[in-house]
Amino acid sequence: MRRAAAGEGAGWLRAIAPLTLAVLAGPVVAGLAGVILPAFGYMPALGGAGFSLEPWRELLAWPGLAAAVRLSLTTGIGATVIALALTLLLVAAGQGTRTFRVLVRLIAPVLSVPHAATAFGLAFLIAPSGWIARLTSPWMTGWERPPDLLTVNDPAGLALTLGLVLKELPFLMLMTLAALAQADGLRTREVAETLGYGRIAAWMLVVLPRVYAQIRLPVYAVLAYSMSVVDMALILGPTRPGPLAVVILDWMSDPNLFMRFQAAAAALLLLALVAGALVLWRLAEEGAGALCRLVAMRGMRATALDRPLRPLALGLGAAGAALVLAGLAGLAVWSVAALWRFPDAWPAGLTLRIWQAQSSAIAGAAGITALIGLIATVAALVLVLGWLEAAHRAGRRAPAPAVLPLIYLPLIVPQVVFLPGMQVLALMAGFEGGLVLVMAVHLIFVLPYVFLSLADPWQAWDARAGTVAASLGAGPWRILLTVRLPMLLRPVLTAAAVGFAVSVAQYLPTLLIGAGRVATLTTEAVALAAGGNRRVIGAWALAQMLAPFAGFALALVVPALAFRKRKGMAV
Amino acid sequence: MSEGLRLEGVEIALGAAPLVTLDITVAPGEVVTIMGPSGSGKSALLTAIIGALPPPFSARGRIRLDGRDITDLPTRARRVGILFQDDILFPHLSVAGNLAFALPSHLRGRAARTARVEEALADAGLEGMGARDPETLSGGQRARVALMRTLLAEPRALLLDEPFSRLDADRRARIRSFVFARAVARGLPVLMVTHDAEDARAAGGRVLDPRGAAVTPGVVASADDCRA
Amino acid sequence: MRLLTAAHALAALIVLPLAASAQEAPPEPENWDAVVEAAQGSRVFWHAWGGDPRINDFIEWVGDELDARHDIDLTHVKLSDTAEAVSRVVAEASAGQDSGGAVDAIWINGANFAQMKENDLLFGPFADDLPNWRYIDTAEHPAITVDFTEPVDGLGAPWALFRMVFEYDSAAVPEPPRDVDALRAWITENPGRFTYPQPPDYLGTSFLKQILYGLVDDPQVLMQPADDADYDAVTEPLWAWLDAVTPDLWRSGRAYPQNEPALGQLLADGEIDIAFSFNPGRASAAIADFELPDTVRTYVFERGTIGNASFISIPYNAANPAGAMVLANFIMSPQAQARAQNPQVLGFQTVLDLDRLPADERARFEALDLGIATLRPEEMGATLPEPHPSWMTRIAQDWQERYGVAE
Repeated sequence: MRRAAAGEGAGWLRAIAPLTLAVLAGPVVAGLAGVILPAFGYMPALGGAGFSLEPWRELLAWPGLAAAVRLSLTTGIGATVIALALTLLLVAAGQGTRTFRVLVRLIAPVLSVPHAATAFGLAFLIAPSGWIARLTSPWMTGWERPPDLLTVNDPAGLALTLGLVLKELPFLMLMTLAALAQADGLRTREVAETLGYGRIAAWMLVVLPRVYAQIRLPVYAVLAYSMSVVDMALILGPTRPGPLAVVILDWMSDPNLFMRFQAAAAALLLLALVAGALVLWRLAEEGAGALCRLVAMRGMRATALDRPLRPLALGLGAAGAALVLAGLAGLAVWSVAALWRFPDAWPAGLTLRIWQAQSSAIAGAAGITALIGLIATVAALVLVLGWLEAAHRAGRRAPAPAVLPLIYLPLIVPQVVFLPGMQVLALMAGFEGGLVLVMAVHLIFVLPYVFLSLADPWQAWDARAGTVAASLGAGPWRILLTVRLPMLLRPVLTAAAVGFAVSVAQYLPTLLIGAGRVATLTTEAVALAAGGNRRVIGAWALAQMLAPFAGFALALVVPALAFRKRKGMAV
Repeated sequence: MSEGLRLEGVEIALGAAPLVTLDITVAPGEVVTIMGPSGSGKSALLTAIIGALPPPFSARGRIRLDGRDITDLPTRARRVGILFQDDILFPHLSVAGNLAFALPSHLRGRAARTARVEEALADAGLEGMGARDPETLSGGQRARVALMRTLLAEPRALLLDEPFSRLDADRRARIRSFVFARAVARGLPVLMVTHDAEDARAAGGRVLDPRGAAVTPGVVASADDCRA
Repeated sequence: MRLLTAAHALAALIVLPLAASAQEAPPEPENWDAVVEAAQGSRVFWHAWGGDPRINDFIEWVGDELDARHDIDLTHVKLSDTAEAVSRVVAEASAGQDSGGAVDAIWINGANFAQMKENDLLFGPFADDLPNWRYIDTAEHPAITVDFTEPVDGLGAPWALFRMVFEYDSAAVPEPPRDVDALRAWITENPGRFTYPQPPDYLGTSFLKQILYGLVDDPQVLMQPADDADYDAVTEPLWAWLDAVTPDLWRSGRAYPQNEPALGQLLADGEIDIAFSFNPGRASAAIADFELPDTVRTYVFERGTIGNASFISIPYNAANPAGAMVLANFIMSPQAQARAQNPQVLGFQTVLDLDRLPADERARFEALDLGIATLRPEEMGATLPEPHPSWMTRIAQDWQERYGVAE
């Protein structure tokens, strides 16, 4: 006897799941092969025809190795721990308050600021000749000239850690809020509060265990990203030496071509570090979980936590958002500044020269960026929706838990590890660096984020609406197109906006796979950033931020307009 | 050629344990009520009849509607209407949009379709409310829209899954008679599941437990109350 | 023009695979007419550092001119590091793509050039066959034929000369230090007001070589490969000099700026008082762009400063070597050279010998106002030739071991 309406018409849709996995994992695995071979001395073009351990010996002999490895670990893990702790504390202590609602509104704009722009903005704020020093000098500090203080590029990587926290906090917030919507976090917390638990303790003990299971993979992605970040580390990180990922990129672009063998070995080492950190993190999760259960069983109410922690969490969250936005404002001012000497808080004059000079280049790059982003995003949406729908029609929850790590593979394997290998393989396969290939590579990174943003709301949808529609005679396609997708318009568009933002931000993939010929806002901005000209960087960073911001704004405005008369579709 | 909804040796099981075993025919215009406490599998029975039985339930037996074996048909081809406890109006469509969604595709022409929707609205006492957002209606109005939507799809049988339990007491009786009157007028076989004795009595037809034994509504209801 | 890039890119998708497969043998440079004919209506991808909007604007102007003259569509592939283009060619070579490569022309010199030459990754010789080569006097500027002691052998067409000049704010520093000893004394007296880009950055390592020049007894030793000389003995005074000044550097030597623009930004922000650059016109141009106050001036060391040349080279597997040669020839033309030398545009020193130019072309150069902070040619002092590239490599390596991983 037939089980469910689902089983009908999956047909060719069933092919989407394996196709999607091939799109995601295939290039990563292939790219890894392309780095493993040179790490063991094999790269015929450079005369490495046989296998040897020489690259590893060279790597281990490099005097900066210990420091670079230590930096990757401390900044990566430190940033993840702080960003996660702050996210959880903010949600636990703040949810339901007015400050929290303001912070939630700031997530999208802050998330739209590209990593490099965040770093530049932050560097300009906290440098000894930066805005904070200018605003307080000389009347408060007595500084007529910038003091010789080591704030940016500090040897311990504190500035880099701060930058990473600022960038990852909104991402984790977004993921946590999505998970909360399903876990009914607010009400669960309130129930625990009526049992006498402090607000934060209540949330940590009863809501977090459910929420954490859902944000675990995003947290892993943040950890892997923070350990392998390049652009932010170049701007904010220490330089003697930098974290391992920066060192790899330096060696990959060293005029001495034999450094590439050593770079490949270092890339494998970075991959091992990331894997090791993930294992450690997993163990720490178990420990924290056990501790949580122990506390819960003892019935500790921990009401004393709320008073100090709540203002602290909200204050830190607000300060973080303020830093990002003030940094951006600083860059905006630089883009129209004439001469601006220390300690003036404001430029001596304003000029649109930079904007006039850059506008046509910005417009051209914006067109390419939008084209790549739109096509990659639409492709990702079609694949993700097709996959979810196929699973739904087969009567299964999608995806199988065993598949999830595969979806995250492109986010967890550092880009600097597999992209160079992928580039060589793409060339060997005879693919010319062109727009289509760049779009395909963007898809690898866009798809996981689209999946991440869409899977939960998709499953949270009330399936009885589909059953009712079917009982009214509607077929599976009509249900999908006229009931499910319209009802899920908001999450679908949000997922698209996230995907578009991810595409806009891609630097290494666009550069390496596009043969440098595909000029997007981000590749142009990073190339100009190498020149360190704050005025130009300011103009490009604003343009680079505006693109994803437009996406997020559309994702908010379109459903609001389309359903302005439908209370049942309000957020 | 037998008219009505026929369940032949239908058995709903959760794992190995059979919950429902029924062998009955619901004649056109007849209302049969299945009464049982929560967890007795009575709602699973209805989802099995429309072909949307979720795992881990399993079902056996045959289902015939007006002599046609619908057991292996997809939900949309069964022509069995259902009303849930919640009205499940589509939140992104207007009231008229919800109703038009149900109209069969063989009814062609915008004017003809609009006329049918208007007619249904009038029948439900909701004249002029077609453009309204379903969310702005009262509970009773929503329940009537849900019924009219189900009927507009021209079903050959109607299933009711505790459809009145969310309504307050004075609306409940009115909506109940509204639903039964229209179902009987169209000659639909009606199968209702409920744990509410008053709903069962008001239906006026046979009352069975999930194993097919006849029950007196009051008795089961009190047993149910004890459990709850 | 840039607005069309999207359309071009789309067209490229369709056309490129065909173009790559229909590869012909490149025209011989000696047959210039054939080169020009082959270049007509083609696309040229010039990979060049994209960090300076002034240079980017200049390259865009070059593109407009090539479009008007030869219907050539020039794309500036903006690099954040020249080695990216070298990597690209290496990746293509790894994949066995020996024709139809993505890089048509590279702005190059020094170690990048030496590496590509050594690995046979360059097209040519072609430079001496370019028509505008006749305006070049190789005796006057040896850097044009010998790049960092590596003979160019016609594998790169010169297009700009560079000289290290020091920049200082005359409002803060009345009398700048004009040799290595004076600089050491000045740094000690003004702690935290001087630094250099972190080696292996090109400018930073060049600064170390400049210091080394001031400390060796016989500069000739720097012309041989470092391994052939008594490297440790030669560089010993350099490390002593650095050990002495490092505690008094900006940030006490615990951090260094990344590159030339970052160093210039520190001067602009007033964090340091003396900077340096390879472009004698940079300070004037930066003053015109409101980046530096108009009290900034430039000067050179009494015993001279290092100078070198920039080249356009063509990878061995370039898809369009003919187009790249036409680009190289145009950029050596008096018109392009005069524009590059204009401090309002770039302030680059020309590679041409003005005496060989026709009078009207010479007038273009004589009309230029070199800017408030730019030294006149007679003030530029002696040009010290670039040492053998192995010095740069070993000094950068040693620096990293001594100062680069100290934490």
